[in-house]
Amino acid sequence: MADVASANPAPIVLVLGDEELLATRAVAEAVERGRAADPGADVREYEAGALTPGEVAEMLSPSLFGGRRVLVLRAGQDARKDLVTALLGYAKNPDPDVTLVVAHAGGAKGKAFADGLRAAGATVVPAGKLKGHRERVAFVRDEIRRGGGRCTDDTAEALIAAVGTDLRELAAACAQLLADTDGKIGADTVARYYRGRAEVSGFTVADAAMIGDVPGALEALRWALHVGVDPVPIADALADGVRTVARVAAAGRGSPFQLASSLGMPAWKIEKAQQRARGWTPEALVDAMHAAAECNAAVKGGADDRGYALERAVVAVAAARQGSARR
Amino acid sequence: MPDVFAELVGQDDAVETLRRAARAAAALVAAADSGDGVGAPGDAAVGGAMTHAWIFTGPPGSGRSVAARAFAAALQCHRGTGCGECPGCHTTLAGTHADVRLVVPEGLSIGVADMRALVLRAASTPSGGRWQVVVIEDADRLTEGAGNALLKAIEEPPPRTVFLLCTPSTHPDDISVTIRSRCRVVALRQPSADAVASVLTSRDGVPADVAGWAAAAAQGHVGRAKRLAGDPEARKRRDAVLAVPRRLTGVGAAFDAASALIEAAEAEAEAAVAELDASERAALQTALGAGGTGRGAASAMRGAAGQIKDLERRQKSRATRAQRDALDRALVDLAGFYRDVLTLSMRAPVAPVHTDTAALASAAAEKWSPEATLRRLEAVLACRQAIQANVKPRIAVESMMLALWRG
Ligand SMILES: [Zn+2]
Repeated sequence: MADVASANPAPIVLVLGDEELLATRAVAEAVERGRAADPGADVREYEAGALTPGEVAEMLSPSLFGGRRVLVLRAGQDARKDLVTALLGYAKNPDPDVTLVVAHAGGAKGKAFADGLRAAGATVVPAGKLKGHRERVAFVRDEIRRGGGRCTDDTAEALIAAVGTDLRELAAACAQLLADTDGKIGADTVARYYRGRAEVSGFTVADAAMIGDVPGALEALRWALHVGVDPVPIADALADGVRTVARVAAAGRGSPFQLASSLGMPAWKIEKAQQRARGWTPEALVDAMHAAAECNAAVKGGADDRGYALERAVVAVAAARQGSARR
Repeated sequence: MPDVFAELVGQDDAVETLRRAARAAAALVAAADSGDGVGAPGDAAVGGAMTHAWIFTGPPGSGRSVAARAFAAALQCHRGTGCGECPGCHTTLAGTHADVRLVVPEGLSIGVADMRALVLRAASTPSGGRWQVVVIEDADRLTEGAGNALLKAIEEPPPRTVFLLCTPSTHPDDISVTIRSRCRVVALRQPSADAVASVLTSRDGVPADVAGWAAAAAQGHVGRAKRLAGDPEARKRRDAVLAVPRRLTGVGAAFDAASALIEAAEAEAEAAVAELDASERAALQTALGAGGTGRGAASAMRGAAGQIKDLERRQKSRATRAQRDALDRALVDLAGFYRDVLTLSMRAPVAPVHTDTAALASAAAEKWSPEATLRRLEAVLACRQAIQANVKPRIAVESMMLALWRG
């Protein structure tokens, strides 16, 4: 057995973070490693908050029949004090035939438990929410690589622009692309797959423009164009963004539910527009609508560079909001 | 004697040109019939008064298509140059003359297939022994391909075929330079309100006061003046449009006014085409033998589905155009109001367009600076242009209403 000793799984694995997809995967991998060491391993899962020290002691005590045991504790942050004490005690001298996997959300709650496991030498697998664009790009590239494919940063960015930042959806999109191609995935492949999401992309652009987030709006716009979204629905979405905020702002204060019937809009849309309406004056809305109308004319064939016309409109809408006090 | 040119209001020069051409054309026919000449236009013998291809230009409502149809009748007249009473004149004006083809685009453009078919048929010998006449209304809506097909026919015209094209102007946007270079142009003027009013009174029996009001409100558009004088629905729609400036009390009101204007145009267009749509569908179904049974009925129905789809596509295209036209009429009325305000605040000695909103216009002239009024007028005109340039009507109208509110 000496040759597999190096592959002996870590006795304690701490999966730390609240990104569900990453946590689920890390737990599954730890379990797989236990099974790889012993195909007949006994795997059990518990919710940490519902477990007593007695039950745990029984689980961790040597089995009559020998063999590897894998114990998964979910929601480790919910473990009660006596359980934490028992487990930290165990962690000082773990049984090499046992794999203890603790999933912990990583927040302030139950922090002492996580810190204790770490101090006791647990293998820590980070599973926190990805922060920022670069990490997401790396995630997508890694996903494709895991599936045996290859893609560039550009492709990963195009996919994020088309699908959004939800990791589950990104992972599903990667799996779909891998399944439908030979693994070499380019930005054009992404464009072919996600052109249908035009409305979503257009509304992302409009939403950012309406809160004055020029960099966000421009980035969303560039990627929407990059993945092949037609400029016309983007221009329409921009006009719709201005129209919605203007009509909701003009309707005055009131609950979204009361306004829903008079404005002919769903309440959630009104609520969102009420938040966006802050910082807009009526004058500024006139300017913004004018920019949206000019943009519509430009993308319908007046302009040589329709992408530029959209960029200018996005900037003009945001500038109108900024200049609410100008006129 | 009310001859075929009587409908052309205030267009004496144009009528004179057309009469001379019709006389020359009649001489050509007579010469050919008696065997003394070749009988094609452009022969030195007839002084070149007649030619194969004509363009009628002028602002909307000046009577471009009226002039073209009248000229067509004059060419088919049995007695002279458009007596208005003989079978030739009569059937031409009624649209049933075998040698006169009228092209009225139903969609936003005239396609190449339609134009090729038309050119082919127009090359045949006139069955009445006079002229094959093709009248193309809205020749500015020819597609490039259709324009090329037409150009070929105009470049090598069959001896007895005459093309009459109507466009707003001879600007290259409206008609290609090469077609223009092969046509004689008849430029129609915008008739004065007085001329329009007097024709309403004399021809249609409209009381003088109503005729005066309607002629001014229609801004030189004869057909529109007649509709305003006689159709209460048209008047109601105009009243609603002229109530817009008063209703613009804020951003919300501007969006409401935009919705109301768009919906009114949709309803008007719907009413205008509904009857025609239904009768076309009924005619097609009859022709296809809908509801038939027995051998071949099933496969006939499969082909029929395609034809019905095709009809629906054309009808939709026509409805879109009718909507834009209705919206454009409303915008012209609205522009008239702001023009009235502007002339009042500039104290220009010009008669108002809308005599019935004079009080509102002068109140506005007191309140708004001339610059603000001009901006409003420009906003309406920009909206018309935007809609012509294919901007979504709702977006264009909303932007305009907001500009009208702010000034
Ligand atoms: Zn006659």
